[in-house]
Amino acid sequence: MAKVIKLRKGLNINLKGVAAPEVASLPLASEFALVPDDFPGLKPKVLVREGDEVKVGDALFADKLHQEVRFPSPVSGTVSLVERGDRRKLLSVRVKPDGKQTAREFDTGGDVKSLLLESGLFGFFRSRPYDVTANPEDKPKAIFVSAFNSMCLAQDFEVALKGQEKEFQAGIAALAKMAKVHLGVSAEQQSKALLMARGCEVTVFDGPAPAGNVGVQINHIDPINKGEVVWTMGAEEVIFVGRLMLTGKVDLTRVIALAGSEVDAPQYYKALIGQKISSIVDGKLKATEHVRLINGNPMTGVKTTGDGFLAAHATEVCAIPEGDNADEFLGWIMPRFSTFSTHRSYWSWLMGNKEYDIDARVKGGERHMIMSGEYDKVFPMDIYAGYLVKAIITGDIDRQEALGIYEVAPEDFAVAEFVCSSKLELQRIVRQGLDTLRKENA
Amino acid sequence: MKALRKLFDKMKPYVGEGGKYHAFRSLVDGFETFAFVPNKTSRKGSVNIHDAIDSKRIMSFVVIALLPALFFGMYNVGYQNALAAGQLANASFWGMFWYGFLAVLPKIIVSYVVGLGIEFVVAQWKGEEIQEGFLVSGIIIPMIVPVTCPLWMLAIAVAFSVILAKEIFGGTGMNIFNPALITRAFLFFSYPSSMTGDCTVWVKSHTICGLGFNVPDGVDALSAATPLGDAATSTFQGFDCQTIHDAITGFIPGSVGETSVIAIAIGAVILLWTGVASWKTMLSVFVGGALTGWLMQALGLTHIVWWEHLVLGGFAFGAVFMATDPVTSCRTEGGKYIYGLLIGFIAVLVRVLNPGFPEGMMLAILLLNLFSSLIDYCFVENNIKKRAKRAARAINK
Repeated sequence: MAKVIKLRKGLNINLKGVAAPEVASLPLASEFALVPDDFPGLKPKVLVREGDEVKVGDALFADKLHQEVRFPSPVSGTVSLVERGDRRKLLSVRVKPDGKQTAREFDTGGDVKSLLLESGLFGFFRSRPYDVTANPEDKPKAIFVSAFNSMCLAQDFEVALKGQEKEFQAGIAALAKMAKVHLGVSAEQQSKALLMARGCEVTVFDGPAPAGNVGVQINHIDPINKGEVVWTMGAEEVIFVGRLMLTGKVDLTRVIALAGSEVDAPQYYKALIGQKISSIVDGKLKATEHVRLINGNPMTGVKTTGDGFLAAHATEVCAIPEGDNADEFLGWIMPRFSTFSTHRSYWSWLMGNKEYDIDARVKGGERHMIMSGEYDKVFPMDIYAGYLVKAIITGDIDRQEALGIYEVAPEDFAVAEFVCSSKLELQRIVRQGLDTLRKENA
Repeated sequence: MKALRKLFDKMKPYVGEGGKYHAFRSLVDGFETFAFVPNKTSRKGSVNIHDAIDSKRIMSFVVIALLPALFFGMYNVGYQNALAAGQLANASFWGMFWYGFLAVLPKIIVSYVVGLGIEFVVAQWKGEEIQEGFLVSGIIIPMIVPVTCPLWMLAIAVAFSVILAKEIFGGTGMNIFNPALITRAFLFFSYPSSMTGDCTVWVKSHTICGLGFNVPDGVDALSAATPLGDAATSTFQGFDCQTIHDAITGFIPGSVGETSVIAIAIGAVILLWTGVASWKTMLSVFVGGALTGWLMQALGLTHIVWWEHLVLGGFAFGAVFMATDPVTSCRTEGGKYIYGLLIGFIAVLVRVLNPGFPEGMMLAILLLNLFSSLIDYCFVENNIKKRAKRAARAINK
């Protein structure tokens, strides 16, 4: 039987609009794009020119520092635009699909690592410290995969896994050839493909969000020490690897959840990475104005628009009210019965398991850190979250190291950022801290 | 409501960057965010949804928790005035309350006008939003000074503490010492005769707007001294039952808000229930005080019974409202126990062993404010060492 780790700290937010476990298909979108910003820490080098014909799996751009790390096209077609922003920063490489989805064939016989590099799937590895795209020269201590996401409205991986159990197992087996693989499973998950996965060590995590964060799982299974490197990969990306191993072709099809209170009928859709967001949400929303579209879930996802593209690591697209027209009167004293808060000065504690519709307002001004212990209640790692954040704000690198910055990723602070009464942007602070530290240590 | 929204929208261009009344930006902004929850939505790259709690709500609930003690304090001001004048039989409940209300209101106004005024100016100067911390300090300050404290002294003390104890450190959340206590300490050491000692300090002795009574000269001085003041005299042989009963209900002379343990307990329940104050800190202050009181009594150093310390003077008020200030107390969970225990210990130690200070709560909390970072340091360092050891083990492997 797998080891069970119980986590008490954390917070589940019961948000309206959870996706029903039915999967539908979407027509092939008219435009696709791969966005370098989806891969933190990456300095992209474009490998294609506008007008080039590409097949599925052909690299669109590579990492300038490790040019063997390449990022594959999700579709076959013509490169329509190499979009650049200020100071020629690469914003996206866009591809107009030809509808045939002709895929490049890879030889699956050789070394797994070279195959992943060749096919571009290696780029989906992230490495800690720093939570950036992995460096192929590193020797990771282990590879961690979390098979569940405990954040509100997030994809239920078991829905995505259905019918792809073989691919998942093949993916795990492939990763196991590179390093020891740890698979984190939630206590609610029943799928045999997860609990009985071969070639990896399965650990069951029982607890509220962010228990599904791979960082939390690493901290409890085998914490990262200074000088060590671990790689992480999303569970659905393991399926990508499995497909490659079984068919020799790259297939970046995800089963994403379209969720949120602004979605008419929240459910799952088969979508391709880089698909235009409008092709997923058009006609499925309750309103067109004052809606926030999110690439990912409301906790860790990134705000986007219909013109955005399904992010490389996003397993769901959410639509929630923006709330920029709410004009709530005297919020500091009104009872606000329908408002969710962990704080007892509101009434959520009385409402049981009520579903809430939370909009995107910050609901307060940014302040210095006033309350103590707020973060610790929702931060299930052996780390003083508040002190680490302060060390990052003050730029004290030695202290950041001592307090365990190498073990964390921005997403681990998502729930803490949600509850923070001082409204500090913790994920942004941690991202900046990690980036600075990486530069200093380079 | 809509009209108010429109009014603020109309004012915006005037107070905005380059507007005619830009100097009032922080003021308008402060009032607007009080009237309406800001419609600002979260930025790209940060969490998309937020808990509805913010520092305005937290501070408001602390103020609500302070109200029972404040209202009782007002009533008690009138009660003590009538008692000293020997007119208790002729005084009505509302008469005494309104007398106290009129006596305390000017202090609240002065405290808020001076303190918030400085906050507005600083916020304008730094281009930041108004910080709500002073909402709490501003109401605590009138509650921890004697009712006779002159307004000009209060104004100086508030200005001193807001500027030197808070703003120079960077504002609410960055201060080392509790600003309300610094105000009191400033008054205590600068104007000792107005802050402690003889009877005239604690009881208001003349009428206000026709309410209350003029206390004739020559009234028995000791009758209006605080019980702790009594205890510091050499003839003290222990409290009688009535004194302790009065100390719990609050009918004793003392600073405006500190006398009634019952009213403070109501505030404590609100603070603990809403989670604004840490029960760990609060409980440990009482435990520390009780243990030390017991020790002092066992050693024969005092005639005060161990638990009487907890209900006398500013102990309960300090434990509930001042020691639990999240900014100046310990931030680590383990540290909160030590912090609280030491406050209780030192408060009672000062009371018993130092004849110059009948009351030790203020000094105890201020001292521990200073040491709270050190206590936290030990706990955080423990975590750091654990991580370093783990890393060393991994290297050896």
